[in-house]
Amino acid sequence: MKRRMFVNALAMSAMLACSALAPRIASAEDKTVKVGIMHSLSGTMAISETVLKDVALMAIEEINAKGGVMGYKIVPVVVDPASNWPLFAEKARQLLTQDKVAVVFGCWTSVSRKSVLPVFEELNGLLFYPVQYEGEELSKNVFYTGAAPNQQAIPAVEYLMSKDGGGARRFVLLGTDYVYPRTTNKILRSFLHSKGVTDDDIMEEYTPFGHADYQTIIAKIKKFSSEGKKTAVVSTINGDSNVPFYKELGNQGLKATDVPVVAFSVGEEELRGVDTKPLVGHLAAWNYFMSVKNPANEAFKAKWAAYAKAHNLPGADKPLTNDPMEATYIGVHMWAQAVEKAKSFDVDKVIAAMANQSFKAPDGFLVTMDSKNHHLHKPVLIGEVKADGQFNVVWKTPGPIKAQPWSPFIPGNDKKKDEPMITAKKS
Amino acid sequence: MVRTWLGLLLVAACTAAHALDPQVVAKLAAGDGDEKAVAVSALAASGDPRALVVLRALADGTAQVAGTRVLIVNGDSGVDAATGEAVSPLPDGRDDVVVNNRLRGEIDRAIAALRLVSPDRALRAAAVKELGNGADDSMRPLVGKALSAETDPDIRAALAQVAASLDLRSGDKATRIAAIRLLAESGNPNVQSLLAAAAQPSEPDADVRREAAASLRLVESRLARAQFAGLLFSGVSLGSILLLAALGLAITYGLMGVINMAHGELIMIGAYTTYVAQNFFRAHLGGAFDWYLALAVPASFVVSGAVGVALERTVIRWLYGRPLETLLATWGISLVLIQGVRTIFGAQNVQVENPAFMSGGVEILAGVVLPFSRIVIIGFAAAVLAAMGLLLAKTRLGLFVRGVTQNRAMAACMGVPTARVDMWAFGLGSGLAGLAGCALSQIGNVGPDLGQSYIVDSFMVVVLGGVGQLAGTVYAALGLGFANKLLESWSGAVIAKIAVLVFIIVFIQKRPQGLFALKGRAADA
Repeated sequence: MKRRMFVNALAMSAMLACSALAPRIASAEDKTVKVGIMHSLSGTMAISETVLKDVALMAIEEINAKGGVMGYKIVPVVVDPASNWPLFAEKARQLLTQDKVAVVFGCWTSVSRKSVLPVFEELNGLLFYPVQYEGEELSKNVFYTGAAPNQQAIPAVEYLMSKDGGGARRFVLLGTDYVYPRTTNKILRSFLHSKGVTDDDIMEEYTPFGHADYQTIIAKIKKFSSEGKKTAVVSTINGDSNVPFYKELGNQGLKATDVPVVAFSVGEEELRGVDTKPLVGHLAAWNYFMSVKNPANEAFKAKWAAYAKAHNLPGADKPLTNDPMEATYIGVHMWAQAVEKAKSFDVDKVIAAMANQSFKAPDGFLVTMDSKNHHLHKPVLIGEVKADGQFNVVWKTPGPIKAQPWSPFIPGNDKKKDEPMITAKKS
Repeated sequence: MVRTWLGLLLVAACTAAHALDPQVVAKLAAGDGDEKAVAVSALAASGDPRALVVLRALADGTAQVAGTRVLIVNGDSGVDAATGEAVSPLPDGRDDVVVNNRLRGEIDRAIAALRLVSPDRALRAAAVKELGNGADDSMRPLVGKALSAETDPDIRAALAQVAASLDLRSGDKATRIAAIRLLAESGNPNVQSLLAAAAQPSEPDADVRREAAASLRLVESRLARAQFAGLLFSGVSLGSILLLAALGLAITYGLMGVINMAHGELIMIGAYTTYVAQNFFRAHLGGAFDWYLALAVPASFVVSGAVGVALERTVIRWLYGRPLETLLATWGISLVLIQGVRTIFGAQNVQVENPAFMSGGVEILAGVVLPFSRIVIIGFAAAVLAAMGLLLAKTRLGLFVRGVTQNRAMAACMGVPTARVDMWAFGLGSGLAGLAGCALSQIGNVGPDLGQSYIVDSFMVVVLGGVGQLAGTVYAALGLGFANKLLESWSGAVIAKIAVLVFIIVFIQKRPQGLFALKGRAADA
């Protein structure tokens, strides 16, 4: 505890020093403000992250077309951390200290977020993180516009256990070997215990990043599922490993009616180029699907299609939207709204103004930023893969639900406060 | 409650032979999960040919609902699902009938039950197979009827299994025991769980329990054998991929002694060549798309080979005999190649689609499916290996390569143009890397970093097999493939990878020359 206080004190003094020394982030002469975009444009995560960069640029273009934010034109600074986790921290430092950006939109994997977190806390930066994650974190300097476990993982498993979901009683927890799948599976295991599922009925498997040979794992799943009771697979595989995984699943004839696979990191974009006909019926849990029907989504899809065509993006002939794109889009707009409300680009003022910001999201709901815990209230949707690679929504919550970043299924979390620890104010 | 419902529906369905009960059909669209499931089984139990049409429309996603009416829509025209009458114009405000997994399973089984009496043998066989994955109690009469009418012995046997799995749950002790004995011949994983349930202490009848346990043992050992066969296949498959990736390196490093760190990038270039060939076919020869590999295979060999020859002429030939400099130079080249591809094709992975004949798989035993793509790659690896062996053993170029490898100075004295042989040999090794890339594009991701993940594996295979030995490369590739897959099934993918690397470190310490070493003075030349 003492050590933590010491670290906090250090961070605090560094922060104070920085805020005193740092020149203004917005340039008053030419009325521009820089924002950072930090997504992997190469390496194993590029399959998922590249479009997030593009959708952030689109949202910025849109805001600029309406006169910018507080009359300032937004100038994006794009960096490529290349799926290399330490490089994320370097690029974050570069954005905050050299480019002096007002805010950064970025990261996909939790390991990259964990890598940049100390940098943002030390330099008092502001990060908008657009992807579903494992929770267990609440930083004053981060806004989480993706789902917490109770907004994705837990409802998905509840659905699998329900009659309509197939009444699964045996679970394979399959993931890429890093912090997000491991923590999510820890939460899920504890949740399953609370539902009376024993350890004998849970199989946990991990593969390295970029793993390409899923033969044995699928054989194992087949064996596990033949030992009685309805089995379902919960996949937290991330990045381009999903392509060989789903290809193998189709080739080996493991059908969704026998063993459904529910994925937390597979959306429309990841399924592009996979033959989805053998995969019909496999599931994904998100807070948004491209196939959702409402006016906000129609507008979002049309904007994206136009943007992709105008900028000649790869895949512009078949423009796809997905959940993290929606979360990025919400994030950029909410940041702009908060700046307008705070009438300042100052990080602390913007953070204060973010509370209770709301935005008419493409998922069809008015999503709101929680007043305290830096997470969005979001609806949960479960979709089944259709033959054309889109998702058919088969279950959804009646309205947005509040995030629980500290999952009650991890021991000790009941004592943690549902808001970031503000250390700077203590002095 | 459900049973009386079903009974009522059955009566209703039977009286109206050519029009389905509109109430039942409407339930398909508007009911909740349970109601829909009941309606599907009712349609199946009716045995009406129209029911098959409606169920297929549901499965294919062509069924739509307008108000309470269910329509089967095909483009701009449609028919009423219940009556089969044409509906035109189509009403507005139609919505797709939502079919979820649970319902899809019910529909598949219902379609199968209706197809049990189909005149087409293939359809019947497929239907029986589908029902083997879990039939519904309400289908027992249909199964019984089909069983008495079936003449084909194979289908009859499979159908008897389905009937037995249904009888297992029925009340009569003699029927159940007969069913359990029949099921002992099954190799179906679902039967295993059925028998396991009957062998549980919760089963009241001791005789049934004992019989079920005996049958269960037979089924389990059959399944275990099938799983082992599957494991062996995946070992061979991984081995064939390692072999393809390493064969080129076995020539450039094994025979010529060039530590070529750009080998992985030559593989990557082969994969991108396949991608370009695919795009060319898609754009200009759409109808013959499935044959793009016929162009891609030679093209990837030629392109990678040409890049290899260019490398040899411009960089590597100045560095023979200086391993450290070669290593650094080729590593630099690999970075240049990665960045070059990234600039041309973009940093994102590109999609290489399998030709239709390479998707799917063949089921050799219940539950063990061998994917066609992997079978083709195993065959391809064998063919490439045979061609390589012939080339080295029977042709003049092969003779020269072997001569230069064994004793360069002596070969030169005999009039062998060693510099040119080096060039051709390096080109050959690079071309083989290109072929590997073509094969890898069929099962994995194609991106600029593709080669990086194979370079370590390739060196591992060549070093383990023994430098300078093709046979060693083959044994090492297959051995590593098996070891990796066995470990993976036992300890998980992450640990397996670590264990294999540790094994190689220990092995190289004990036997630095690899599995097979060149004997005699030639090795030191």
